[in-house]
Amino acid sequence: MLRFIVKRIGLSILTLVIVSLIVFLMTSIMPGDIAKQTLGRDASPEAFEIWNKEKGFDKPLVVQYSRWMGGVMTGDLGTSLQYEMPVSELLAPAASKSAQLAIVALLLIAPISILGGIAAAMNRGKKVDRALTVGGLSAAVIPEFVWAVVLILVFGVAIQVFPVSAFPDEENPNLISSVFHLILPSIALLFVLFGYISRITRAGVIEALDSDYMRTAVLKGLSRKTAVFKHVLRNALLPTIAVIATQVPYLAGGLIAIERVFNYPGFGNILLDAVVARDFPLLQTAVFLTGVVIVVFQLIADILFAVLNPRIRQKVTE
Amino acid sequence: MTTTPTLELRNLEVAYTVRGIDRQVLRGVSLSIAPGEAYGLVGESGCGKSTAAFAAMRYLPRNGKITNGSILFEGKDIVDINGDEVAKLRRSAISMVYQNPATALNPTIRIGKQIAEVFELNGASNSDAMMMAEQALTKVQIADPARVLRRYAHQLSGGMAQRVVIAMALASNPRLLVMDEPTTGLDATVEAEVLDLVRELRRDTGTAVLFISHNLGVIRNMCDRVGVLYAGALVEQGATAELFSNPSHPYTVGLLRCIPRGGLHKSTDRLDTIPGTPPALGTNFDGCVFAARCSLADDKCRTQLPEMVTIDGLHVARCFHSEKAGSMPRSIEQIEYAPQSTGHKAQVGDTLLNISHLSKVFNQDGHKVRVINDVSFTLGVGETLGLVGESGSGKTTIAKLVLGLTPPEDGGVVTLDGKGLAKTLNRRDVADVGAMQIVFQNPDQALNRRHSVTRIVSRAVERLRKFSLAAALERAHELLSGMRVDASLHSVRPVQLSGGLKQRVAIARAFAGAPQIVVCDEPTSALDVSVQAAILNLLVDLQKKDQTSFIFISHDLGVVRYISDKIAVLYLGRVVEFGSSQRVFTGPFHPYTEALLSSVPNIDGSTRKRIPLTGVVPSPSNPPSGCVLNPRCPRKVGSGYETLCETEEPNLTEVEPGHFMRCHVPMAKLKQLQS
Repeated sequence: MLRFIVKRIGLSILTLVIVSLIVFLMTSIMPGDIAKQTLGRDASPEAFEIWNKEKGFDKPLVVQYSRWMGGVMTGDLGTSLQYEMPVSELLAPAASKSAQLAIVALLLIAPISILGGIAAAMNRGKKVDRALTVGGLSAAVIPEFVWAVVLILVFGVAIQVFPVSAFPDEENPNLISSVFHLILPSIALLFVLFGYISRITRAGVIEALDSDYMRTAVLKGLSRKTAVFKHVLRNALLPTIAVIATQVPYLAGGLIAIERVFNYPGFGNILLDAVVARDFPLLQTAVFLTGVVIVVFQLIADILFAVLNPRIRQKVTE
Repeated sequence: MTTTPTLELRNLEVAYTVRGIDRQVLRGVSLSIAPGEAYGLVGESGCGKSTAAFAAMRYLPRNGKITNGSILFEGKDIVDINGDEVAKLRRSAISMVYQNPATALNPTIRIGKQIAEVFELNGASNSDAMMMAEQALTKVQIADPARVLRRYAHQLSGGMAQRVVIAMALASNPRLLVMDEPTTGLDATVEAEVLDLVRELRRDTGTAVLFISHNLGVIRNMCDRVGVLYAGALVEQGATAELFSNPSHPYTVGLLRCIPRGGLHKSTDRLDTIPGTPPALGTNFDGCVFAARCSLADDKCRTQLPEMVTIDGLHVARCFHSEKAGSMPRSIEQIEYAPQSTGHKAQVGDTLLNISHLSKVFNQDGHKVRVINDVSFTLGVGETLGLVGESGSGKTTIAKLVLGLTPPEDGGVVTLDGKGLAKTLNRRDVADVGAMQIVFQNPDQALNRRHSVTRIVSRAVERLRKFSLAAALERAHELLSGMRVDASLHSVRPVQLSGGLKQRVAIARAFAGAPQIVVCDEPTSALDVSVQAAILNLLVDLQKKDQTSFIFISHDLGVVRYISDKIAVLYLGRVVEFGSSQRVFTGPFHPYTEALLSSVPNIDGSTRKRIPLTGVVPSPSNPPSGCVLNPRCPRKVGSGYETLCETEEPNLTEVEPGHFMRCHVPMAKLKQLQS
């Protein structure tokens, strides 16, 4: 098991190195003269030169890259060009905000989607199944920002049960208030992910319901309910859990549109801001950190899957 | 006959709803099983055996329903009882054991908990239930029950898994045990052990058994009475010995005649088949269900439903001509097949394939596992070499090495017609690839589902023989017709064909390149006996016309004996005995061969002492020292060679002309021990 985890971590690190290279090259070839934008059109050529030298943009790309990665490794994430502030000070609060949104959304999405999937599977072919499947798919094809706008119009403006902003405007908001503000965006995300997760759950449950061991359980004399509870769910939810883990980075890695619509100072907002301002150091690091989140959760999903399934667990142990 | 039968089916009719139409699966089946009796149901696939079993468990698929008749358990009709009562019955009185024990166990729950569950259902506390689970495992003679309790299903061998399922079934002290193909898919030696166990448990518990199998030998050895099902109707029923010695329905007679047994050999005997195909699900009959395929059928058979007539005491048959059934004319089909014109000059018997010192080492998580160890043999033109041995003995790996699908270790050489072949397939030229082809066990997976039957064959002709498209198509039609695939079926996709027809297409494909050698890996294992007979006949005919050689792999020793000229017996990747089919099957035997042969349930009913192999097959990663068989060998103790057996590996030596054995015990001594 340990060997499996070590190997997986090694692969994840390799992935991140490739990601960092791609991110670095992409931002380097981005159009637009950053110096001109920062110093203004009228600055003298000498001023440009000095500025570039000061920021290290005159160095070869290899040097720039190693300087950046070296910084990331030692915790120095660089300095934002537009705010003249350490990138870490800008990203830390945004990341924490994004994590809060992700947690609230996940706590809402996971149980509802799983229950929906189970309900559909247990009523296979019946009206409940069709309603959940068609409803889930229909909701998923509408982008989250459209849902966001619709939700705001209905629950924020028309009946005014939820706040239109995801961010409480009071000083030091308490937990309940913070969570309350995050519910509307979470519902928008639920609409997007429900169809996907519930379908995976449904497929898993149906496979387990049709399995020979389910037949064994029923023929042992277990009631159908007990048999489902004891024999079906554990096997059926394995793939679902892994799928949910792979969705976490989507939730935590910057929901640009949702954050814009709900006016929420998360990771997505920073990303968009950095792109618009050609703020290389901020952009590079923010995109790279998003990559880290994705890779880490993929790793967690893989390990989780192995731990939950005795068959894979044994294979990786041997 | 005053006791109430444990199970009684009265005129039971079951239908499946397919696309809105009810299709009848069981047609008025009546049978009864007395307490302590074992009743066998036989028949080919689709005849309704399993439906009858599941109906008795009140466990029909969602689209299945009982349309008429009654199921009485200990005199009480259980057709209309509700779900709770059904669950109670399953919990305390009726249990079931099924095929595929590996999938019947939950993969993510430990074995102990799964067995304990039954005791808990019947009111035992958690800790008591676990103790009882251990006792249940002890009862089914599993080694080290305490350890097995903590295992998961995938950590058990097939035989162990089936013991666990049996332990679970017996946990409720059932009064009726339904066994649906309980040993299908298990090795002959394991099958024999499981059957011994069932026999013993039955003697101890007096449980009534409904035993379902397509294997007539197994039924013969396990059951007091037998019923033969065809197209959902019970066509014959009687005491086992009486029914097998005096079969009185043409279908039963046909079934028994299809089976290669009693030393039949292709050189002298042709197998009977049952002409035609079984009726589609839900066909309606005016007369006898078997009339369409029966050589005795007349107008009366086709228009009137025959009643059960008494043959002798309890022996009944549903046939107007039951007295003629035993002597009905044989049904033998011939093929019309244009021989390949490839100009092989070799004569039958000349050496064609020479394999020397083949070994294969697999790398399993850093461990080197020697799965094939120094195997050598030759195969002559027009000969069949049978490879036999338990699963894991290396049969399929040898086939792969010969075909070049996996390369042998250094030193291993495959020579075809005097020419050394490249180790891997992609380095062999087209002629060499076409010269050796394979037919797999499962034609469903071997044939491309998206291509038409003709295309599957013509592509192989094009690639292997460099024919033009037109010529390849023509040859494909010729081949398919030669395999008795009707011209009307040449343009369909494999999915529209029956299992037997699919296998014919697979054989046509293998013969597309005018092969000198065809490897047949369990080609008939997934087929019914009547279809199996037809396929075996086809292979024999093809061999006669083309002088094709076969390497034939099968776990069915009757089939191997029938079709093979030479036999190689494998154990743990080594050839332990090699010789002519005649020699290997009549003895004196290598101790392993002896045990293997004695484990096959005999269809002729002659009782023969089983020579058990003790213990389990050792892992090839850690083979026993000395002779690899010695820890399990039935002839080691008392042979006088014990020390030698445990310290030194014997060589494969020629014990008589053309007969090789790997055993320290001299042949004379073996002969004496085996007499």
